[in-house]
Amino acid sequence: MNKPFAITLDVGSSLANLTGSWRTSRPVYLDRLPPCNNACPAGENIQGWLFHAESGDYQAAWRELVKNNPLPAVMGRVCYHPCESSCNRGQFDAAVGINSVERFLGDEAIKMGWKFDAPLPATGKKILIVGAGPSGLSAAYHLARLGHQVTICDAGPYAGGMMRFGIPKYRLPREILDAEIQRILDLGVTLKLNTKIDNILDSMKSGGFDATFLAVGAHIGKRTYIPAGAAAKVMDAVSVLRSMEGEELPMLGRRVVVYGGGNTALDVARTAKRLGATEAMIVYRRTREKMPAHDFEVEEALQEGILIKWLSTIKNVSDQGSITIEKMQLDEKGFPQATGEFETLESDSLVLALGQDVDLSLLNDVPGMEIKDGVVQVSPNMMTGHPGIFAGGDMVPSERTVTVGVGHGKKAARHIDAWLKGENYVAAPKHELAAYEKLNPWYYTDAPKTVLPMLDELRRQSTFEEVLGGLDESNALFEARRCMSCGNCFECDNCYGVCPDNAVIKLGYGKRFKFNYDYCKGCGICVSECPCGAIKMELEQI
Amino acid sequence: MSYQPIKFYQTGTFTVGNRLLDESDRSVQATATRENSLNSGHRACQGCGEALGARYAIDAAMAASNRQLIAANATGCLEVFSTPYPETSWQIPWIHSLFGNAPAVATGIAAAVKIKGRTDVRVVAQGGDGSTTDIGFGCLSGMFERNDDVLYICYDNEAYMNTGVQRSSATPPAARTATTMALGKSPGNVFGQGKNLPQIAMAHNIPYVATATVADLHDLEHKVTTAMGIHGARYIHILVPCPLGWGSPSNDTIKLARLAKETGLFPVYEALDGEVTSVSKIRKHMPVEEYLKLQRRFAHLFGKNPATETIARIQAMADKNIRKFGLLGEGVKS
Repeated sequence: MNKPFAITLDVGSSLANLTGSWRTSRPVYLDRLPPCNNACPAGENIQGWLFHAESGDYQAAWRELVKNNPLPAVMGRVCYHPCESSCNRGQFDAAVGINSVERFLGDEAIKMGWKFDAPLPATGKKILIVGAGPSGLSAAYHLARLGHQVTICDAGPYAGGMMRFGIPKYRLPREILDAEIQRILDLGVTLKLNTKIDNILDSMKSGGFDATFLAVGAHIGKRTYIPAGAAAKVMDAVSVLRSMEGEELPMLGRRVVVYGGGNTALDVARTAKRLGATEAMIVYRRTREKMPAHDFEVEEALQEGILIKWLSTIKNVSDQGSITIEKMQLDEKGFPQATGEFETLESDSLVLALGQDVDLSLLNDVPGMEIKDGVVQVSPNMMTGHPGIFAGGDMVPSERTVTVGVGHGKKAARHIDAWLKGENYVAAPKHELAAYEKLNPWYYTDAPKTVLPMLDELRRQSTFEEVLGGLDESNALFEARRCMSCGNCFECDNCYGVCPDNAVIKLGYGKRFKFNYDYCKGCGICVSECPCGAIKMELEQI
Repeated sequence: MSYQPIKFYQTGTFTVGNRLLDESDRSVQATATRENSLNSGHRACQGCGEALGARYAIDAAMAASNRQLIAANATGCLEVFSTPYPETSWQIPWIHSLFGNAPAVATGIAAAVKIKGRTDVRVVAQGGDGSTTDIGFGCLSGMFERNDDVLYICYDNEAYMNTGVQRSSATPPAARTATTMALGKSPGNVFGQGKNLPQIAMAHNIPYVATATVADLHDLEHKVTTAMGIHGARYIHILVPCPLGWGSPSNDTIKLARLAKETGLFPVYEALDGEVTSVSKIRKHMPVEEYLKLQRRFAHLFGKNPATETIARIQAMADKNIRKFGLLGEGVKS
């Protein structure tokens, strides 16, 4: 024994003492589903692409985005962003401007000429897509990337569907739309314009197609019976918006009345104002709260001087164009009831914006097809009653927005791909929701949302320039960094720092962390102090 | 002044690290190669604030002294849970002697280092509130008075936890301990007694005095680093919640430290040569109930017949701190 005075044992490290044995429950890393992702009709991994945007790697962000949605620059302009309505940051200060960052990424991709990743090896399967709208283009994109040979047929003279013939230029500039469509075609997709399919089964057979995806949209304006003089000018909204894309602009006159309460009614009224109408008025039978149009669009329209007559129905139109309207009041169930009070409006034209119907003529004589309420019924895998014929977008029961259409296209593409292989596509199970209560908001600093610069109001009334401007790089980065990364680790090192037992191992940039259960005592501080709710406690199994 | 150079809208600088921050701006605790001066396997309770505070402080001191650091440690939890003979959790030169003499031992080490001409070697002494405010108080005051080149760190968990939660002179009023039971007319610890050691240290006019909590790592590391850059007697008082003694859930340790600061009960400040030079402002002002009700040592204040008068007296203490140190500032949410 050769030890100093009073020392009888060798010095040992406390590492010999595995304190993990004290534990009754253990922390576990997990990914929770951010509410934005959960709300996105196109199934985008929003938190995932914002993560890359936060570090300034916009190309990586864009690539993550287009895994699910090939039209970010379009989305960034026309999507009604349910992601922002459900954003947890909305409960903290203001929702992250997801839509504006998406637009910035989309514009950046066009500016820099980024291309999609190359498709998988060719499968030899041929797929026919009917309709070059958001749903058809989305399906074409996903199927092409999976290696299938895709042909799109569209009855119209340009691709884009309702994105071109329904959404005015001041909301979606056409060069943006063209650029994003071209990038999809560059994947090797064949586009046949002015090609109306009269009988889908014949077209599939003659072209040798293995499957088809129908996305013809809803382009027939609904009519309602209004007694009108022979000389009265009554048009439907879809035709008005469509003719904006032709050479002859619609003749609406100085005083335009639009009948309806949806976004299309607002689009027509705002278009009329830009075409020179001195007075553009919307007549709607219920109240603003009951209006199906999105409130921010109503607000923008009111700012532009659009008049809105609430609680009114149109009874008749005279030859001279004077419109008789009847006042309504809501009953206790919220339905409008006639009051018997009448009023007369002077107008040069009346535009009906009462919704759209689907042209289903191409489905005549297709066995197994089920049609209800004017739309095609599909199973959860987007297939119609006829094997090999899938359908999506406005022609199936849906909310009829561009984003829903894009989502349908993606979903259909996955099921078509599986169906062609004789398999069933099973989506990965959804993670549990990262609700606000799972976060620790202490760690986030207050920062208001960057509001997109609005075009000067006067200029907006008379031109078709874009109403909303875009973010530039500095504020796009700022906006992206407001993301709280709900439910997904963003490597803030908090768990690594706050563990009193050094039981968290840092794996390095991009690799996150892992627990050292030999020493973790299960105190749970890491769970409480994780800003984004990416750790949970689980009872130990004994 | 409190260290917060970069305004990050994602998480501010409140998290331990951030993948987007420049390496040089991250905390010592965020680095993969940090010292872990107090290693795993120590026998502290689940969620021990003192174990956490000690690693935060000593790792920062190690980084600031280029790993040339010797520590003297008073008796107390920190010593008991880290060094049951012959094991040790310490990965630095470390000595334990008695409950009351850690400042004197550190003074001796500093003198020896000076005689040997080792200007690179620095000395810290550390202990809990019992050894600091009660038992070792004489030695500590002497160390201050002689301005010995030692940084003394007190980990304040507001009672003698190691021996079974007995009252110390740092125990707050109304708190239940084994020696101040929640019984009788005025249950818990008495009002108006005890010692405010950071203020006493300031009264010695030593070069540097600071308070900190385990809830604000960046501030704590900044204060240790500042203290290590100064020679002479320095004192840092760190509030470290104790789940056992305070009767709080083990996962609430950091939350409680944060609430102690946000209510104003524990003012976080810095003083040079006996004068306060900076305070950490309250970010989200909270009533003291939010802090008290999470702890069983204050459970007798709540329940069916809440002791509103006692709670009001505790609130008055917080309000006095807020006035005295100017803890409320611009941008505070209440």
